[in-house]
Amino acid sequence: MAKLHVSTTINGEPQEFLCDADQSLLDVLRGPLGLTGSKEGCGSGDCGACTVTVNGRIVCSCLMLAAEAEGQQIGTIEGMAEGDHLHPLQQKFLEMAALQCGICTPGVLMAAKALLERNPDPTEHEVRFWLAGNLCRCTGYDKIIRAVMETAADMRGAAR
Amino acid sequence: MTDIQYLAPTTLDEAVRAFAAAAGKGRILAGGTDLLVQMRAGIARPGTIVDIKKIPEMTAIAETKDGGFRIGAAVAGAVLRDHAKLRKAWPGVVEAANLIGSTQIQGRATPGGNLCNGSPAGDSVPAMVAAAAVVTIQGPKGRRELPVEKVPKGPGRLNLEPGEIVVSFTLPPRPKGSGDAYLRMIPRTEMDIAVVGCGVSLTIEKGVCTAARVGLGAVAPTVLLVEDAAKALIGSKLDDAALDKAAKACSAACRPIDDKRGTIAYRTQVAGVLLRRTTAIAAERAGRK
Repeated sequence: MAKLHVSTTINGEPQEFLCDADQSLLDVLRGPLGLTGSKEGCGSGDCGACTVTVNGRIVCSCLMLAAEAEGQQIGTIEGMAEGDHLHPLQQKFLEMAALQCGICTPGVLMAAKALLERNPDPTEHEVRFWLAGNLCRCTGYDKIIRAVMETAADMRGAAR
Repeated sequence: MTDIQYLAPTTLDEAVRAFAAAAGKGRILAGGTDLLVQMRAGIARPGTIVDIKKIPEMTAIAETKDGGFRIGAAVAGAVLRDHAKLRKAWPGVVEAANLIGSTQIQGRATPGGNLCNGSPAGDSVPAMVAAAAVVTIQGPKGRRELPVEKVPKGPGRLNLEPGEIVVSFTLPPRPKGSGDAYLRMIPRTEMDIAVVGCGVSLTIEKGVCTAARVGLGAVAPTVLLVEDAAKALIGSKLDDAALDKAAKACSAACRPIDDKRGTIAYRTQVAGVLLRRTTAIAAERAGRK
């Protein structure tokens, strides 16, 4: 079967690629497109390490066919910093050491960013539920949750 | 290299033709949160994947002329959650759909997929049953409608003809004093499969329950409409005696499996407990103080 030709937008830039019908978006991101920030933890939508945005909503890129990206706006962790200027969440994760091995971190950051865009002032409960689909086997989550809460407070302060 | 074909038709007619032409080797792709997992595990080996998300009717939430809602089968849970009017009219349906998986899964998973996956434990299904949702189905022989509780046949099996596709769910208009709710029992706090799920929808006039429907999940080969439980509630003031009778009707309706997630005895008892709790929430939403 011939490869499918897909035209999409990734991190604001038009992008075209060829893929197999059953290839996941994650495979294409990490393979031909060389965007290896999104990780494959489980491949079954449980761990969230492959989290990307599709038209602003977070999804597991392992559970989406690459062909489905046709005409959509895809956002990956590579689009989070602006050049050398880290997103406040990235900066806070470094400052507060909210990561250890780092495999879950791109997915956590993508999910946390989507949360703060919807809800600039989430409760700890809301942060924990929103991030329930991002598994971390290192930190015990506490540092992650605190870093998200502090970033939210900083961003609210900056917006005032 | 693969011999799988991916199609993304923009009309329902095209989708039906493509699905029928695949002759049993086709799979419908809505949110893909079940299908892609099954493909990866080698459980599903489709010859043709028909992506229905480019079909406007299947991805829209529309208000019907009589004040109900039509929800496209391929609307993601996150989209349901963001629809303020739907959430206000049918909070139980929306909260049930939003219990399926993580935030990421919510961005993709759909009520149509949840129904067609055919799991007796699908969270949105008991709430849809309680809501008296009518499913619109289109196939090679045309369009037909089925009450949602008639769609599942058994675990992973549906009362659909070859080539038929679930198009939408129609929720009826809401009389004043109505409320619905869904609760499930899981051993974790989130992201788990229901051990028992219970959806209740009711209408209360002057303190008396005038209409009720109860859906139960994960306690039988299919999600159940428990008419005896509804009968016990209707005409009552939702007092202890009525709730007790309805809870017993739920337990009596159970034909569960015994597995690692719950024993038969446990599921049977919890079905009654959940009926009471879910009814309390639905009643509060209906405006009973």
